[in-house]
Parts: sequence; structure tokens; C-alpha cells
Amino acid sequence: MTPADLEFVAELVRRHAGVVIRADKAFFIETRLGPVARREKVPGVPALLEQLRRVPDPVLTRQVVEATLMQETSFFRDRAVFEQIGKTVLPELAAAAAARGDGRLRVLSAGCATGQEAYSIAMQATDLAAPAAVEIVAVDFGSYPLEKARTGLFTHFEVQRGLPIRRLLAHFDKIDENWRARADLRQMIQWVELNLLDDLTRLGTFDLILCRNVLGSLTPQAHDRVLAALEAACRPDAVMVVGALETSTLSAAFSPMGPRGLWRRRTSLADTPAPAPASAPARTQA
Amino acid sequence: MKSVRTCLVVDDSRVMRKVAIRIVEQLDFDGIEAGDGLEALTYCRAAMPDAILLDWSMPVMDGIEFLRQLRAEPNGAKPVVVFCSAESRPERIRLAIDHGAAEYIMKPFDGDIIASKFEAVGLI
Repeated sequence: MTPADLEFVAELVRRHAGVVIRADKAFFIETRLGPVARREKVPGVPALLEQLRRVPDPVLTRQVVEATLMQETSFFRDRAVFEQIGKTVLPELAAAAAARGDGRLRVLSAGCATGQEAYSIAMQATDLAAPAAVEIVAVDFGSYPLEKARTGLFTHFEVQRGLPIRRLLAHFDKIDENWRARADLRQMIQWVELNLLDDLTRLGTFDLILCRNVLGSLTPQAHDRVLAALEAACRPDAVMVVGALETSTLSAAFSPMGPRGLWRRRTSLADTPAPAPASAPARTQA
Repeated sequence: MKSVRTCLVVDDSRVMRKVAIRIVEQLDFDGIEAGDGLEALTYCRAAMPDAILLDWSMPVMDGIEFLRQLRAEPNGAKPVVVFCSAESRPERIRLAIDHGAAEYIMKPFDGDIIASKFEAVGLI
């Protein structure tokens, strides 16, 4: 792939998804676009990009952007974060939802890729007194990863990364060489193909939002826009989770719950502390 | 000085033992090996390891029988046992867990899988 090819793909991804591709990712991009070139029956990635330059076909553009953005993920990624969610956050949110009257506990997995994060939350939800009250909405830009996520099928290698063996036995059936999440987990999750830069209000509001390892790759404008939209989708007392190593700082309506990227929305303005001193920026950008 | 922790790799395949030893040594364990359950039991009676990576199907004494006898030994509850076997039928995996294995790795595996499983049981 030439530097011009890389810049071409980077620009497509920046324009359509607000994501910044670093120059050292050239190798990954070529690997990921290989299957798209084969599907299109063109001899290699340079020829694929040449075709796209000549005819900017929206469907093909989308496939290229989608393949480039494909994320590595695993079950219970960042174990300490899921421990905090399973031990305290979910039980507390479930109790609050039950007390609220409607009983529904709504969770958003933003940038869900092949679904491991959503299924991890679904498994933890089965530990609650009323798992049926949990409703998970999982959103991703890519239709291919979502198609895979929806089947609930995972390979031998995928189910051995981060997924404890007891959870595997409790929640999955072995089908030939793969493992499939059982129906009770699958029915908890609704898969939505959506760009996070688009209008998120149609998804409704949530008690728990996970948006991990997404914000850090966005342009500053896209970062602020997505974060603001997610904050707006938070119910009072909602918990938002960003990547443990990400530097996104939420607005003053949220306070950190420890060092792992979990933030809780304050119930009312009365709980909001006085504005931070001028020397400390209210918001740091990724 | 902190003593180096040991991981006993029990497998009847010499090649598999070499692969696994190299991985556990990258995870800062002192790797030792045994070719079957009886050999492993003899080792454990002399010095209990911290972790055991245990194959199931082996000549002389298989993994399940070894685990049963290990747990009956003085101090035999100490090692964290992680099965590592080509057996992937759910009911068989459950049997291994019921015998006191902390985790279970289905072959084929790679370094990431061993690291992920060791982390899950608190070994690393």
C-alpha cells in the first residue's frame, strides 16, 4: 500500500466515521481490506482503492470503512472493570430500576464490534435476581461484525479469551467446533447498525453505557460530539464506562467511580460540585 | 527474596510439554515437566508446585486420576490446577471442574489463552 493509498483510506474513515487512522496502521489496513478486495473480485487492495477512486460507490466505501474499523475484542475485557460492574454497579442499578417502578434496566454497548462486551454484560445480568428486566442495546457501525454478533457463535479461540470455563459451560452450547450463546442471552440483546456520529436519541436513555476503546481513536470534534450524545442518553444516576486507559473526561455532571474509567451521573444539580479552578481544564481531550 | 513460583506441565507429548513450558516461563514461572500422572504425583510428593497444567488422556495415570490422588495428599489442595486437553465435550469439561480443576483449556491453545486463563484464576 502506498502512502497515497493510506491517506485515501484514512480520509474516508475520518469523513465517514470521525476516526483517526495512525500511519503505523498501514499493515493492518492492507490485511483487513484483503477480504473486501476478494469479495469484489479485484486483484488486490491497490486495485480496490483505484476502483473506488474512479467510482466513489457508497456501498463499497462503506465496506472499506467498516473493514478498516474492525475491532479486536474479547469477553470480560479488562477483568477489573467487569468485576466492578458485576459486583456493585449492576446490582445497584437493578435495585434502583426496581425501586423506580418500571423495573427495566437498560444497557448500551456503544461500538460493540462482534458482541463480546454485550454478551459479557448479559452473562452478569443472569446473576441478578431479575435478569429478565435487563435490556441491552448493542450498536456498531459495521454490518459484518453485527451479523456475527447476532448469531451468538464464537470460535474455539474466542471463547478462550477472557471467558471463564464455568461461564462457558453455563451459557454456551457447543455446536460442531464453535460455541453458541444460549437463547436467554441472545434475547437480552438488541443489535443496531448505527454510526455513533448519527442521531443517538432514537436509542432512548440508559442506566449503564459502555463505550470503551472507541473515543480515543476519534477526531477531537467527533470525540466531543459522541461523548455529549452519550452523556445526553444517560438517565439520572446512570453509570458510563470509558476505556480504562482512555483519557476522556466527562462533564461536571459526572463523577469518577475509581480509577478504571467508570463514571456516575449525579442525580441533580445540587450534587454538582463548585466549578473546578481555572487551572484545571474541565475537559481533557483524547 | 521472593521465591520463583513453579508450574508443573503434565503431558505425554514431549513437543506439547516444550511448547507449554516456554509459555509458562514467559509468565515468570519455573517450568517443570512430567510425562504422565504418576510421574507428576511423584514430583508433587517431593515438592508441591504452585500451578499444574494438566493433560487428560495419558498412559499409566490419566489427568482425572492424578487430580483425585493429588487432592488426597497432604498439602495437595495447594496447586492451582488448569486442565489442558483436546477434550472439548461440555459434560467432560464439567467432570474435570467437578474434580477440582480451577480452569480448563481446550487444545489447540496459544500463549494468549494460557495467560488469559492464568489471570482468571489469579495466578498472574
